[in-house]
Amino acid sequence: MWRVGTVIALHDETATARTISLEVPDWPGHVAGQHVDLRLTASDGYSAVRSYSIASAQNSEHRVEITVERLPSGEVSPYLTQQVAVGDRLELRGPIGGWFVWRSQQDEAVQLIAGGSGIVPLMAMIRSRASAGSTAPFRLLYSVREPTAVFYRDELRMLSDKDQSLRVTYAFTRTAPKDWPRPPSRVDAALITEATWPLNLSPSCYVCGPTPFVESVTNFLTASGNNRDKIRTERFGPTGERK
Amino acid sequence: MDIVSRGFSGRRGPADAKLPPGQYLTTDFPVLSAGPTPHVPLDKWEFTINEGLDVLRRWDWKSFRELPTETFTADLHCVTRWSKLGTYWEGVSLDTMFADVKTDASYALVHSYGDYTTNLPLEDLMDKRAWIAFRFDDDDLAPEHGGPARLLVPHLYLWKSAKWVRGITLTDEDEPGFWESLGYHIYGDPWREQRYSGDE
Amino acid sequence: MSSQFSYLDGNAAAGELSKIFAIDVTGAESQCANCGAKMRFAETHLYVQAPGFVARCPVCQYILLRLANVRGRIFIDMRGMTYFSFDTDHA
Repeated sequence: MWRVGTVIALHDETATARTISLEVPDWPGHVAGQHVDLRLTASDGYSAVRSYSIASAQNSEHRVEITVERLPSGEVSPYLTQQVAVGDRLELRGPIGGWFVWRSQQDEAVQLIAGGSGIVPLMAMIRSRASAGSTAPFRLLYSVREPTAVFYRDELRMLSDKDQSLRVTYAFTRTAPKDWPRPPSRVDAALITEATWPLNLSPSCYVCGPTPFVESVTNFLTASGNNRDKIRTERFGPTGERK
Repeated sequence: MDIVSRGFSGRRGPADAKLPPGQYLTTDFPVLSAGPTPHVPLDKWEFTINEGLDVLRRWDWKSFRELPTETFTADLHCVTRWSKLGTYWEGVSLDTMFADVKTDASYALVHSYGDYTTNLPLEDLMDKRAWIAFRFDDDDLAPEHGGPARLLVPHLYLWKSAKWVRGITLTDEDEPGFWESLGYHIYGDPWREQRYSGDE
Repeated sequence: MSSQFSYLDGNAAAGELSKIFAIDVTGAESQCANCGAKMRFAETHLYVQAPGFVARCPVCQYILLRLANVRGRIFIDMRGMTYFSFDTDHA
């Protein structure tokens, strides 16, 4: 059940988030939206398991990428973002999950809504769409505290610049760039209406982020007329103890 | 085990001889919960002691707060391995609450608002070993830590110290509560490391 | 985080449940034995910060499933579900 991956690359997405690329020789492949469980074991046998969404596209052969955000009081994330080195081996289980997934055979309009690190599985969907050459209309609404907290910024710009059917909208909640048209604020009903696909396209919606974000956004989506059956959600949060 | 993660040690610090086996010291106060935090308005709060259908004693918040209280210091040991030493509480001793209760029952099944239960021998609630606590660290007990009132039985693992306590049912048999019915030890002495059923 | 939102969802239990269920559990359907609500397991409210984990009905909070992993033995209580149903065709 547990496989071993070797760290082949590390890349800092922000000051507190790092992408870890693993080579996993017996990886069975994955679908965008799935996650892995990582198990860390200390020399006395103590172990901790945490779940991380896969960031890499679906046909990346034996490569599995995860992006880990360092939580200040975390037990595992400080280790993964600051101590893990290229060449280290990590145990992982997966791919896990079959509900919160996007498959490249899907051709309907897709609405992605990310809160903070909730962008990770949605980026896997965007990357899978690109590598499959899909033209399914995709819109991403990416809510984040401030510009320096954005993951994958350059890649998102590059992909949306060259593909008109992928549109990215940022919503900054604490600090916005200078001259940003919208003052920093949480996602609200007006932004949902303005930045998401119209209802007549009947989009499949994927919402991912911390629980309060997911509940709030899901309520706005259903209040504006989206069918609950077309909304899939994944909630992120600490799975070690809360303090 | 096959793989050791280079340099990983988790949250634990150096071993401390004052702690029960397998525990590590924490200075935080972790919040573990099996469900949403109940919010119990004080004008609806009740604590009952019953045996079968007989309600032996009942207090509302006002009459509960008229009972003599004590302040005390306790070490807390959670089965998830953290320990927090020297915590400061105020509460009503179970000796006080059981003062006029006559029963032949040997066991207690503790009920909380929400759906949590836990069980222990009645004698473990007596002799200055258990309180219904309503103040922590000189402040009203916060809902996330079990407020308005929780049971505190420091000599057992902390899952026996039911948060949001609402009453005790006296029973002749030791009836497993929420975690006890899912593989956790029926008694739970941290000094004998009785975490799971089958542990001596 | 406010204690009002101290839950995740069924996705977070999928790895642990993959030890027991051969088919991915996140898309499995369940019905709450208390209020009758039907949902995918991914939509249940999952409380993981406890000696085990607890999946609750998102409508009425009734406990649908409890799991504890005690030294390699898994205890699972699913009395809170009227049924738990899996698609074997697309497993």
